[in-house]
Amino acid sequence: MGRFAFLLRRPFELIPVLFGISLITFILLQLTPGDPVRLLLGPKASEAAIAMVRQKYGLDQPVFLQYLYYIKNVVGGDFGQSISFRSAIGPVLLDRIGPTLYILVYGLTLSVLLTLALGVMAARNRGGWVDQTIRLICVVGVGIPSYFVGLLLVLLLSLTFKVFPVSGYAKSPLENLYHLFLPALTIAISVTPILTRNFRATLLQQMNAGYAVAALSKGVPESAVFWRHVFWNSLLPTVSLFGVVASFLIGGTVVIENVFNIPGLGLLLVRSVLSRDYLVVQGVTLVMASAIVLSNLLVDVLVAVLDPRVKT
Amino acid sequence: MTAAAHWLRHQAPAALLIGLTVTLIWVGLALFAPLLTPFDPIKIDAANALLPPGAAHPLGTDSVGRDLLARILYGARMDLLMAFAGVVGPFLLGTAIGLLAGYSGGWLDAVLMRILEVTISFPYFVLVIAIVSIMGPSLKSYTVSLTIVNWVTYARLVRAETLVLSHADFILAARVLRFGRLRIMFRHILPNTIVPSAVFLMTDAVLTIVLGSSLGFLGLGVQPPTPEWGVMIAEGRTYLGSAWWISLCPGVALCTLAFGLSLVADGVAQVLDPEA
Repeated sequence: MGRFAFLLRRPFELIPVLFGISLITFILLQLTPGDPVRLLLGPKASEAAIAMVRQKYGLDQPVFLQYLYYIKNVVGGDFGQSISFRSAIGPVLLDRIGPTLYILVYGLTLSVLLTLALGVMAARNRGGWVDQTIRLICVVGVGIPSYFVGLLLVLLLSLTFKVFPVSGYAKSPLENLYHLFLPALTIAISVTPILTRNFRATLLQQMNAGYAVAALSKGVPESAVFWRHVFWNSLLPTVSLFGVVASFLIGGTVVIENVFNIPGLGLLLVRSVLSRDYLVVQGVTLVMASAIVLSNLLVDVLVAVLDPRVKT
Repeated sequence: MTAAAHWLRHQAPAALLIGLTVTLIWVGLALFAPLLTPFDPIKIDAANALLPPGAAHPLGTDSVGRDLLARILYGARMDLLMAFAGVVGPFLLGTAIGLLAGYSGGWLDAVLMRILEVTISFPYFVLVIAIVSIMGPSLKSYTVSLTIVNWVTYARLVRAETLVLSHADFILAARVLRFGRLRIMFRHILPNTIVPSAVFLMTDAVLTIVLGSSLGFLGLGVQPPTPEWGVMIAEGRTYLGSAWWISLCPGVALCTLAFGLSLVADGVAQVLDPEA
């Protein structure tokens, strides 16, 4: 048990945050213009049907009780009815999580590979032209909108050289490695600057740390110090950064799914905003916020497993 | 003035100079758009649709025959305005909250920090979209939603500085002299806490311009036919294979402005905060 005890406590610390998130999505729902029930049932609905739906979602109760109903429904997986899909929202959301998760994980994997390569190259050539170039790319890279990167990749690799498909989503995960390469690469290009900047700085800091200087001064070759000690010790702070990056990434997939027409949560979100399907918008928001909380928890666990010093 | 000019010429980082130049060029192009192009950015001219870049239209025309250069120049107004409007609100609100939380401490600090924690657990862009969906797309809803979502970073930076300064000797002296709370907060603490958020402000402007144009691209920001670069990139998507210039030109414009602002941000950081 010992140093992993906090992992049992950590989920309970998330309860206030989850409470806050549900409160905010509930408030957003309250602020939505129009009567949600009439919107759902259409203009020709009978008064009886309206009263029934009102009762089912607790909309005839005081606001405080409405919130409790909302929590109860959401916890039970009932996000209400979608106007444009004419079906329950829960299953629709569930359908859309797969594609989003796929390009997130795929993109993140590519980005980690790029970050490791660029970070090491920059740090080992500190001050040289390689380092300067990578630094410039990182400064400028933040300002290049991901949807434009996506369109450029499509123009170059799909329309001109016809190497990759323009858009779409294949059935099997293996086919998608090819099908979703461009969206994943687009995600990687948008996150890599942030991660690389951080990884390079950590590498440089670790290279000057006492243990590295001591190893060098007793005659251990520089490359051995770097690869056996400095490199591994620098991974940790970058892993912790993933928590921050997760929010950025999820925002990024919203845009990228729309560029490449991938049937994930992001495409659903934008389509629902445009068709004023407010309940779906709130559902997606809630799922995505919970995903961030969950990914922060995962990062905590990962850091605790990797770093024996973590005890809090 | 001469001192400032001397500093700019001899001591300012090259990145800052290049960045300022690029940014000011865009500001100039936006301001003088009517003088720089004879074309109307909105009026449809179907006879000249989808013309490639050439003598009459230097950057070509879009699918309804509007001159792209004109639309890019007028669009610069919108994108610059969004960059400005998108950072001012969060900066003011965040600074005020950070100052209040850091200096008051106690339950007020605890409550404000819980609100902050909840706000950052939402994916930034998604919460902006959710708020925009309620208010409907407009410059007002854009400004409001960014203020609600993006104050957190400024609040954190200012609070951290305030916490340190609250125990500094000169603040203790001010308290011994029975200066009012507001006077201490705004006259003595605030000026000393502003550097990290001012540095972040520039980086934030880059992120904001990307975000604003992304909203336009998705159809959730500036509405057509108003020229805005994100909207224009989206309009060219269908013609990417045949008339690539419609998407490419506003995209390159956006990248150069973001590039300029990034260099300014980097340069400001080097000057004000050389440690980082």
